Amino acid sequence: MTRQKRSHHKLKRAVAPYLYLSPSLLIIGLLMLLPMVTVIAYSFQNSAVLRRDPSFAGLKHYQAIFDDPVFWASLWHTLYFTCMSVIFHMTIGMAFALMLNSDRINPTLRNILRVLYILPWLFTAVIIAVIWRLLLEPNGVVNSILLQLGIIGSKVEWFSSPETALHAVTFANIWAGYPLFMVSLLAGLQGIPKDFYEAADIDGAKAYQKLIFITIPQLMPIIISISLLDFIWTMQVFPLIWITTGGGPIYSTEVLSTYTYKLAFSSYNLSQASASAVVILLISLGLTLFYIRYQKAR
Amino acid sequence: MTFRIKPAMLKIAAAAWLLGATAAMADTTLEFTQWWEPELPAGSLRKIMDDFEAANPGIKVTLVSGPYATTRDQISVGAATGTLSDVVGLDGAWVNNLNAQGALADMNPMMDASKFDKAQVADIIKVDGKAVMFPVASFVYPVFVNLDLAAQAGVTKLPSTRAEFLEAAKKMTHADKNQYGWVLPLSLQTPSGVQNDMMSWVWASGQSMMADGKPALEGKPVVDMLTFVKSLNDAGTISPGIATKTEQEKVEEFVNDRVGMMIDSLAHVNLIRKRNPKLNFDLIPVPVVEGYTGKRGLPYASWGIGISAASKHQEEAWKLVQYLMSEKVNAKLVSLANAFPGNVNAKPDFVTSDKAFGKAFEIFKTGYLANEFTGLPVAEDLMTQFDVQAQKMLAGEQSPEQAAAAAQKGWMAKF
Repeated sequence: MTRQKRSHHKLKRAVAPYLYLSPSLLIIGLLMLLPMVTVIAYSFQNSAVLRRDPSFAGLKHYQAIFDDPVFWASLWHTLYFTCMSVIFHMTIGMAFALMLNSDRINPTLRNILRVLYILPWLFTAVIIAVIWRLLLEPNGVVNSILLQLGIIGSKVEWFSSPETALHAVTFANIWAGYPLFMVSLLAGLQGIPKDFYEAADIDGAKAYQKLIFITIPQLMPIIISISLLDFIWTMQVFPLIWITTGGGPIYSTEVLSTYTYKLAFSSYNLSQASASAVVILLISLGLTLFYIRYQKAR
Repeated sequence: MTFRIKPAMLKIAAAAWLLGATAAMADTTLEFTQWWEPELPAGSLRKIMDDFEAANPGIKVTLVSGPYATTRDQISVGAATGTLSDVVGLDGAWVNNLNAQGALADMNPMMDASKFDKAQVADIIKVDGKAVMFPVASFVYPVFVNLDLAAQAGVTKLPSTRAEFLEAAKKMTHADKNQYGWVLPLSLQTPSGVQNDMMSWVWASGQSMMADGKPALEGKPVVDMLTFVKSLNDAGTISPGIATKTEQEKVEEFVNDRVGMMIDSLAHVNLIRKRNPKLNFDLIPVPVVEGYTGKRGLPYASWGIGISAASKHQEEAWKLVQYLMSEKVNAKLVSLANAFPGNVNAKPDFVTSDKAFGKAFEIFKTGYLANEFTGLPVAEDLMTQFDVQAQKMLAGEQSPEQAAAAAQKGWMAKF
């Protein structure tokens, strides 16, 4: 009896944590795993969603998207858009964070700049897209200023020209995303002990040496974490590109998200769209695993 | 006391149950999914349904309403899962896919059984010989001309041929003042510019982009149209930003006196007046090729209607379709929507009270409705493919012939 009681108690103890976890496991299963598994299943079916009895397609849809030159162009555009965005988010974010952390700037001005610099972060992607469409339209403010300064000789169709469109959407995304870096790095800067800089001053270190040998190494964990997260988020940007260029002109701003959207809702090829979505999922998953390993290592 | 009331209560309850059960058995509830209700004055579509219910005792209608894009997705999923509403609002661009899924009922037997007068409807959309959709209300696309800009440019006679249009566009263009003759929206976000602003030139001259049910984009009509659009672009008459311009921006430019001419939906007349009450504009049919004197095809978008193949109440659903297509009801509906009727005998009230609509109605009556994308497979995808090739042509990367050939290749893969 005592033995039975003991084993019953043991079982209860073993099951209890899972019972506590069960609500969140259920929610994760329903809201995350189920849609993910469904999309993966669709990518192996012919006429997924559109037919009640879809047949098994094997890797046909993956083959089809890998044979499509627009897919590879989209992948390249996604990488360019993401890498440039992350690099400039970090550079601008760092510059502004250093500026806002500096004692040489008047505190009132610093507070005003703090509000101004954070503004892009407050706008939704749709508002940002509309703002930049208006600013960069052929008869917009940017062309007008550049013409008056003599920097350009004629109006540039920033979003409508295949030569400039990808750079223009990347620029708009850089503008929208740097505040995340700025705020995170500013918090990091304020956490660096003053003693380090005082010791460096005694040693006669110059400003750039303090930046390279104290500030950046101290901020490195933040820089890597935020960069990885930004890479994952930027890879999935859709509304900004969709509203500014729709993936055009021609295919010059087609990224994986717009490519997948068009397959699903323009071509109604939900099987191929699912295959493309799975490719995006795998890339994101790889980056996420890298991020988790980095966090664990810390 | 209790003893006396009990049987009375039982009797009342039994009677109520009987009444309810009889009503439940007699009433058929039709589900009608569409995007029209949010676009009509509040409560007006419900009122039409109430009138239908009063005229057809035993049939109730539940409206399932949402924005256009949501309705499109809902109908696609409903068709796949067999849960499509009994009656569905349709866009011509969807019917081929829905028919391929076996989701739409053939209305031919229903028309025959009820001796429906087919001559009274403006069009019957058929796929594989099956009558799957009626356009209930049509929104035609004439050319809007800014009369003040035309007068300032010395355009005294409004263009009726392509050559005249090119001349007028050249005269109205003053790039230094941000003023252009024409506006062409070819955004890939909404590629409907291909249908409304490009192919409309082909249909206006009684020509076609198809031959024997297959794409014929390499034929003279489409290549000539592309050459004409290229000539407008080469002459610098098209407002810049073509590749990312949307229909909304096109209308904004016209409203703000920045373009002299645009092809646009008649549904925007009130919006244009609201945005710029001083704008002096007129409507003309889309100009034709030199020497063409036949009937002009008039591009249009429509609110179509069809019946679900899975509906258990097809007889009642057909009654609702007939009701909406009948002369008086159709006139009432299109008057509310500022659209042209699906019943040829219906006359909306705004055509007599409003000069611009009156003129457009004349254009409508002397021409015929033309939209060859209606009933084509993945119509939006076809427009996107054509759009990309047109953009390449306008960017100077290929000739009109090459653009037509590339689009033809892409389209054939979809057929």
